[in-house]
Amino acid sequence: MNAIELDHVSKIYRRYSGRQFATLKSALLQRSILRDLSAAETFPALSDVSFQVPKGSTYGVIGRNGSGKSTALKLVAGITKPTSGTVKVDGRISALIELGAGFHPEISGRENVYINGIMLGLTKNEVRDRFDEIVDFAELRDFIDAPVKTYSSGMYMRLGFAVAIHVDPDVLLVDEVLAVGDEGFTHKCLDKFAEFRRRNKTILLVTHSLGMVERFCDEAVWIDEGHVMGHGDPKRLVDAYLTAVERGEDALLASTTAKAVEAAKRGDSDEPHPADGVTPSSPEPQAPESDSASSEPELKNFFEETEGRWGSREIEITDVTLLDRESAPSFVFHSGDPMSVRVTVHAAHAISDFVFGIGLFNADGVCCYGTNTYLEEMTPVSIEGTVQATFEVERLDLVEGTYKLDVAVHKRDGFPYDYHRLLYTFRVKSRTHDAGIYRPPHKWTFDGAVTFTDQIDKL
Amino acid sequence: MLSNLAKLIRYRGLVQSLVARELKARYRGSVLGFLWSFINPLLLLSIYTFVFTVVLPNRNPIAQPYAVFMFCGILPWNWFSSSLMEASGSLVSGGNLIKKVLFPAEILPIVNVLANMVHYFLGMLILVAFLIGYRHWPDPAGLLWFPVVILIQLVFTTGLALFLSALTVHYRDIRDLLSNLLMFWFFATPIIYPWQDENVRSYKWLFDLNPFTHLAVSYQEILFFPGPVGHAKWLMAVGVLSVLVFLAGYWFFDRLRDSFAEAV
Repeated sequence: MNAIELDHVSKIYRRYSGRQFATLKSALLQRSILRDLSAAETFPALSDVSFQVPKGSTYGVIGRNGSGKSTALKLVAGITKPTSGTVKVDGRISALIELGAGFHPEISGRENVYINGIMLGLTKNEVRDRFDEIVDFAELRDFIDAPVKTYSSGMYMRLGFAVAIHVDPDVLLVDEVLAVGDEGFTHKCLDKFAEFRRRNKTILLVTHSLGMVERFCDEAVWIDEGHVMGHGDPKRLVDAYLTAVERGEDALLASTTAKAVEAAKRGDSDEPHPADGVTPSSPEPQAPESDSASSEPELKNFFEETEGRWGSREIEITDVTLLDRESAPSFVFHSGDPMSVRVTVHAAHAISDFVFGIGLFNADGVCCYGTNTYLEEMTPVSIEGTVQATFEVERLDLVEGTYKLDVAVHKRDGFPYDYHRLLYTFRVKSRTHDAGIYRPPHKWTFDGAVTFTDQIDKL
Repeated sequence: MLSNLAKLIRYRGLVQSLVARELKARYRGSVLGFLWSFINPLLLLSIYTFVFTVVLPNRNPIAQPYAVFMFCGILPWNWFSSSLMEASGSLVSGGNLIKKVLFPAEILPIVNVLANMVHYFLGMLILVAFLIGYRHWPDPAGLLWFPVVILIQLVFTTGLALFLSALTVHYRDIRDLLSNLLMFWFFATPIIYPWQDENVRSYKWLFDLNPFTHLAVSYQEILFFPGPVGHAKWLMAVGVLSVLVFLAGYWFFDRLRDSFAEAV
């Protein structure tokens, strides 16, 4: 027995671009009022979506922003009608879509509870019976007779939530509303959900909190760009979704990096560097000199520095690629995975003074690690032609975040051949939300009577 | 459409509490509060009385005392015009409800019409006070017609309100258009001048085309002019018209209903 059934549902929104401002006069003259309302441009919010929510189950809907999740919820709630297909819902629905949507700011919380309750389908007597419970749930006993306009947004949301959840629906629709209160209130909401589940009510949950989906939902559906990408076991689906998100991020980071490299190539000299004494595109050979060492990534003015590129280009970095475990180019890595930075350089002629360097920075501009071949006591002898240098990291033990890379080839005294400043962006993902920069490989051990469970106890 | 009408009856509790909220919220925060429902018509009355008895005296003997005569027509007109003005914007301003709560949208314009009807009844108390003050007694038999006129005006206004509210969602110019149209309509209706006036009679056919003429004249005959109500035939015609207007308005509203959640 299904509580909610969507059968090949499509929803096409119309865009009234331009047409919306068509004057009434012209519409009347052309007798086209009704016809004009069917706009030319359309936008499919959902295409051929089907899923069934069994009675008594908790069903999750996940997907990126703008994927059509909320549209699906509105269709189930009956607020909008599908363009084609059918939506069937069995039982009384209450939608936690926008809390307190019907509140009138000028009148008291008490009166608003009544009106909102009636709006959501209760009778006046039913609201009266539940009134105390609602007010206690919202923790607003002291303020219930004050006009709602004096409420803080948290109070407003809590009251809206309390009313909506006390409507006692058979089907509860929840759209990303659990962030309404403090820790305590959130727990109360979760308890209320658990109670709903015990009483065999159906919950449809739209959320970005994947942890909640994994923890609460019996089943889930993943919607992307209006299409169902899959449904079934929440754990499996969340994994699939995360993989897709990574792929999306990967493409995004790839384009960010490509743009940065491109911009650096064009605006080559927009970052005049103290050590940069040679014009960019002159591959004029310079005799290697001086052997005074200098540490490679300079950090002093990091916050003022942005991405850039400078250097004499006697040795030119022609390509930098980040490689994952399978040696495939990637921009997204998991904490603890291997990562390689493959640097392709071209030296127009033989050069004997050269150092390869790498700098790794997090989003705050903190240098997480920096090294070069000279520091690691590799004394240069000669380089010529096209060369690939690979910097291999066995375990990328960084916490989750976005990182940028400096890649450079320079002389031992710091004179740059080709210095790529923060041009390469990559992302480290982690399922543990630990803090800091570096995650040393570690484990916990305990002596004595200590027990843990695998269950996640957090939102 | 019929099933929607039936659904409306189920929602009468909501309509009731929304009307009550509308009335309560209107004067919340003002010092005089609900008294404004009386003060507004009183002030209006004194302005019109001053203008039309001192500045531009209306000497038609049939319309004396002038203040009472004018009040008979202007109160229902205010109900009519404020209802339409408020209802035409009701879906747009109540957009939050339409988009986020499962809610029959027609309730919004209907609540506007009903709330203004309550204001009309409050204004009637002032009129009654004036009738007593001037010792101007209406014909008791004619008073039986009073609820009939009210009902006809209610149906007529609701039909127009539904039509205008639905149209305003797509053409926001309705509101501006409407305020000018209502101004014109007001002066084209025998409210501040008596219908029996010579100059009016010569354009009788034009006035007859205006449905509100017959409503206003009916109010005046019931409450002001002596003798039995002689306008019943016209009133019935307007009654039929108002049912048609209501059905057409509701049909139009129903037709556009699905576009509201997207277009507001």
